[in-house]
Amino acid sequence: MSLPDLLFGPFVEFGFMRRALAGCLALALSGAPIGTFLILRRMSLMGDVMAHAILPGAAIGFLLSGFSLVAMTIGGTIAGLAVALGAGVIARATPLREDASLAAFYLVSLALGVAIVSTRGSNVDLLHVLFGNVLALDDAALYLVGGIATVTLLSVAAVYRALVVECFNPAFLRAVGGGGGIVHLLFLTLVVLNLVGGFNALGTLMVVGLIVLPAAAATFWAESIAGRIAASALLGLAASYAGLVVSYHAGLPASPSIILVAGGLYVLSILFGRFGGLVPRALRLRHLEA
Amino acid sequence: MNEAPSIRLDNVTLAYRRHPAVHHLSGTFRPGSFTAIVGPNGAGKSTLLKGITGEIRVEDGRIELAGIDRRDVAYLPQASELDRSFPITVADLVATGLWRRVGAFRRIGREGRAEAEAAIAAVGLSGFEGRAIGTLSGGQMQRALFARMLVQDARLLLLDEPFTAIDAKTTADLLALVHRWHGEGRTLVAVLHDFDLVRAHIPETLLIAREPVAWGPTAEALSPDNLVRARAMHEAFMDDALACGRAA
Repeated sequence: MSLPDLLFGPFVEFGFMRRALAGCLALALSGAPIGTFLILRRMSLMGDVMAHAILPGAAIGFLLSGFSLVAMTIGGTIAGLAVALGAGVIARATPLREDASLAAFYLVSLALGVAIVSTRGSNVDLLHVLFGNVLALDDAALYLVGGIATVTLLSVAAVYRALVVECFNPAFLRAVGGGGGIVHLLFLTLVVLNLVGGFNALGTLMVVGLIVLPAAAATFWAESIAGRIAASALLGLAASYAGLVVSYHAGLPASPSIILVAGGLYVLSILFGRFGGLVPRALRLRHLEA
Repeated sequence: MNEAPSIRLDNVTLAYRRHPAVHHLSGTFRPGSFTAIVGPNGAGKSTLLKGITGEIRVEDGRIELAGIDRRDVAYLPQASELDRSFPITVADLVATGLWRRVGAFRRIGREGRAEAEAAIAAVGLSGFEGRAIGTLSGGQMQRALFARMLVQDARLLLLDEPFTAIDAKTTADLLALVHRWHGEGRTLVAVLHDFDLVRAHIPETLLIAREPVAWGPTAEALSPDNLVRARAMHEAFMDDALACGRAA
């Protein structure tokens, strides 16, 4: 097999591979700023929690109207936001720390979601929800992912300044009346939307990987926030493409392949990253004069 | 500059879980005054500043700002309260001082950029504009935060330990800036630990040890008698404390 065949063949030959690629590229692009800010806010695990939290909502949508994209998306969004806000409220109203209350919420959500799906669906349905089915994206799913990516990128661009200041110095933003609460809420909404958009393609458990892994790797390649977002987008796009190619040729399921490639890029970044990578540090470049 | 703002404290109590950190404090930071707040650790100095900014809810009594909107107050946090690993440059940090004028959406523009640059030069950080704050020393970081306050151009400034862990040269530079603000008729309140610095530079002092001990001209407030009284304060909250019976 020739190299172009190896790299482009699957996409030239099969429509479903092109659709999968388009969906993943949109997700990666949109996930880049989300992942970068999740990490800056020390909320990377929060993304994981919210991904689990979406499950019961999507499952109820599934229960009510079968495999309906609209029902599952709406259900998932409501459930994700409810858990994010609920955990925040409990953290403020009780001595329980936010991480503990989030853990409680997501464990219950996961159990609830699996229980609901299994009352009606088969194991295949359950696997679909948990791990996605990127090779069967229909028009509606692609529009949804594309729409969410558009909304995300435009929103982040619009509130970028507030997002950065709220992240770095929330007390300052409160003091000057900058409306930190609204910014935080908008950000949480975008996180949930991206997770919901992604779970059709990659599944609830895998979608966080495409958001957080490239962003984590990007911290080794850029110092500024904008630079990290750009690096994260590039890494996410690369992982999506390479993951699909690998899955096609190796006969592996698509979403784990994509996440594994993203994980590989993460390891490479830890080793060779320009900022704080292990190898550049071990080489111990001679110090500068001033 | 129009009439400087003032802060009136009327029987103020600020508390953590009902245990008072500032207890029944009354008095006024007069327009254009420059007051040091001193006292032992745990005396409620920082808490009082946060009560004034509104970050901590007033448990009892009232804090009234006159002649200024609370959002126009400039507040210098303690160094430890900021995440120094955050990827933001000195220029961007200083430019956040423009917030009241540009908000979340308006352009900062050439004028704003020039103002930030001038402030950075005024605190002696020229050449550091593009540096990430993580690469600054403690003193340089403090200079950057002073530059942000310059840009904020506030008429009421609250400084929490502005000179702690800062070398003599930086302290002198920043003190000059503080004196300039005072000379311009702004109202200043600073939490400080260094008695010698307070005696030499700050006209008025509030000495607190959870309860107010003395408030007035620095030489009188920091009399040996008052200092002994301040030191006698109990550091720990008492778990079995009863509800405070003093009139609210």
